[in-house]
Amino acid sequence: MLDNMKRSILVALWFVFLTFPLMVVKVNTLKNIVEWRWMNMLWVALGAFVLSIVWRWAMVRRDLKSSESDSTDDDQARPGIGQRILEDPKIFKPVLLVLAVVTLVFPLVVDIYQANIMVLALIFVVLGLGLNITVGLAGLLDLGYVAFFAVGAYTYGILNSFWGIGFWTSLPIGGLMGALFGIALGFPILRLRGDYLAIVTLGFGSIAKIVIENWEEVFNGAKGIAGIPRPGLFGLDMTIESATTYTYYLMILMVLFTIFITNRLKDSRIGRAWMALREDEIACVAMGVDMARTKLGAYAFGAFWAGLVGVIFAARNTYINPNSFTFMESALVLSIVVLGGMGSIVGVIIAALVLILMPEYLRAFAEYRMLMFGAVMVLMMIFRPEGLIANVRRKYTRSAVKTEGVNA
Amino acid sequence: MQYFLELSCSGLVRGSIYALIALGYTMVYGIIQLINFAHGEVYMIGAFIALIVSGVLTIYGFSGFSILILAALIAAVYAAAYGYTLEKIAYRPLRNAPRLSPLISAIGMSLFLQNYVLLAQTPDFLPFPSLIPDFDFMEPIAHIMGSAELVILVTSAITMIALTVLIKYTRIGKAMRATQQDMTMARLVGVNVDNVISMTFVIGSVLAAIGGVLVGSYIGQINFYIGFMAGVKAFTAAVLGGIGNIPGAALGALVLGLAESYAAGYVSSAYEDVFAFGVLVLILILRPAGLLGKAVKQKV
Repeated sequence: MLDNMKRSILVALWFVFLTFPLMVVKVNTLKNIVEWRWMNMLWVALGAFVLSIVWRWAMVRRDLKSSESDSTDDDQARPGIGQRILEDPKIFKPVLLVLAVVTLVFPLVVDIYQANIMVLALIFVVLGLGLNITVGLAGLLDLGYVAFFAVGAYTYGILNSFWGIGFWTSLPIGGLMGALFGIALGFPILRLRGDYLAIVTLGFGSIAKIVIENWEEVFNGAKGIAGIPRPGLFGLDMTIESATTYTYYLMILMVLFTIFITNRLKDSRIGRAWMALREDEIACVAMGVDMARTKLGAYAFGAFWAGLVGVIFAARNTYINPNSFTFMESALVLSIVVLGGMGSIVGVIIAALVLILMPEYLRAFAEYRMLMFGAVMVLMMIFRPEGLIANVRRKYTRSAVKTEGVNA
Repeated sequence: MQYFLELSCSGLVRGSIYALIALGYTMVYGIIQLINFAHGEVYMIGAFIALIVSGVLTIYGFSGFSILILAALIAAVYAAAYGYTLEKIAYRPLRNAPRLSPLISAIGMSLFLQNYVLLAQTPDFLPFPSLIPDFDFMEPIAHIMGSAELVILVTSAITMIALTVLIKYTRIGKAMRATQQDMTMARLVGVNVDNVISMTFVIGSVLAAIGGVLVGSYIGQINFYIGFMAGVKAFTAAVLGGIGNIPGAALGALVLGLAESYAAGYVSSAYEDVFAFGVLVLILILRPAGLLGKAVKQKV
């Protein structure tokens, strides 16, 4: 205990040293004034002290857990609380019912601002689910995911401003364009290993933004495209309020559609091929899985959703410019997938809602948003790499009786 | 002709800065096969520390060359400390994790450090004092190569020679090479692998910090975001030269710097970054092992 204290004090001192110049000193080189913010040191020291104690405790627990799972070969036998809720119909059904009712009445009881934020959160749910295919299922780290989102948004923006094509026609075109770009991007990097892939996709993401910014004739540059119509409904005239509510329900349908498709994909032939590819590429190819087709499929399916919601995003905002498609958005979607649990659909939905809605409602947090996302990514990888709600893979069990016995 | 020489000179300067950062990437990658995404952030922090130190020293009446040396020294010490801590927190616990985990952790760390500097200091660009004095003997060719450029070229050359000596002839250098070849075997013959990895991060961070100080006083302004682009480009340079290969990183960086400079000068400066990424993608498709790297057969 005393030893622990001593170590934490040392850690606190180390961090005080480490953060001293950046946290305390602030120089204004133009006016030649130095501002000393000594109070910050106190917070750093206290924070580092407490965190180091928590860190050590968590590390001990983590080591304990890993040695436990080493000794028992059936390491996934005990699903977490989240998984148990999902699998027990007695709890699952009422929860689903309540959720359905809440979702349906939500836009009717809250004001337009809230509904609008919810639409954004739902857009990120779909983005998270889409990236979940590429990163979570197929294990291909994509850091330029937002480029496909931009492809969708600009497809609608351009189709509309040049040829006056409507929302419903643009929606599938946006999705297909996304998928097309996914395949085009996937081709040259098929042979690359995971980490090269990350940096190349990062590059593509940045290229997309630079091209949009500089190609004035098509994308209207940094000014962006304005006056994009909201989604229409048989030519009905809608006020902003009803249009927002309508977009909200549209997004709900979209999310349901995405959940349905991704869930089916997960258990399909190509879904299992993705997971096999993620676990061991060489073994997977040796088993006869077509590596090129499977990888391209993962890119195409992931990018398809981004393109699709890109169109909705453009329609929701009625205005798009390159600043909505920066690396920060890619990082945000990635942290949604990481936090939720790679491959886990429920986890990704919850994570998207938490990460988008929390900074909106806790304004004080908004400033620290990206800082926290970064920390979340590191901590999740170290302490809970499977995410909040782990993806439990379907297993073939010998007898139906035995499975029921385990679940009850 | 003069325009060409100017471009070549600025390309070399650019390249030698990339080289200083790229060496950190390539050394870390050589040993633990990890892209240290947060490396660009260490470079940015080095530049910030140098800015703060030089600002404070200027106000307290120090002058000229002593500020440059002190600022660079303190920046290097701090960058080393950050690199060490970074490895300990974000990468060491993930030594045996699947490949994707340390990569995501590295991206998280990069985001964290960027926003830490953003919140602790400022989101705006800060003017960086020009610490490098103007030499009189550079006067005749100042229109092609100024004093700052000369200092950058010479400093990076000296740093790289020092690194080569360190790796070739010292005990820790030997341990690093051993760990790079075979980590398990190195451990068996008594190399403390954890220490070697820490040292690799420390050395890489010091190089990045030197790059940061030089860039700061060359370009004259810095902000929290400079590390991101510089990091990606330095990584491109490392890949171009053959990742894990130290002379390769330096060569790749110079090639990339020159190519970028010519492209910006003769084609279009708006698409400068696109060009760098284009080079990266082409290299990965045509010659994934890089200019000096050897293709490694994957063993099963």
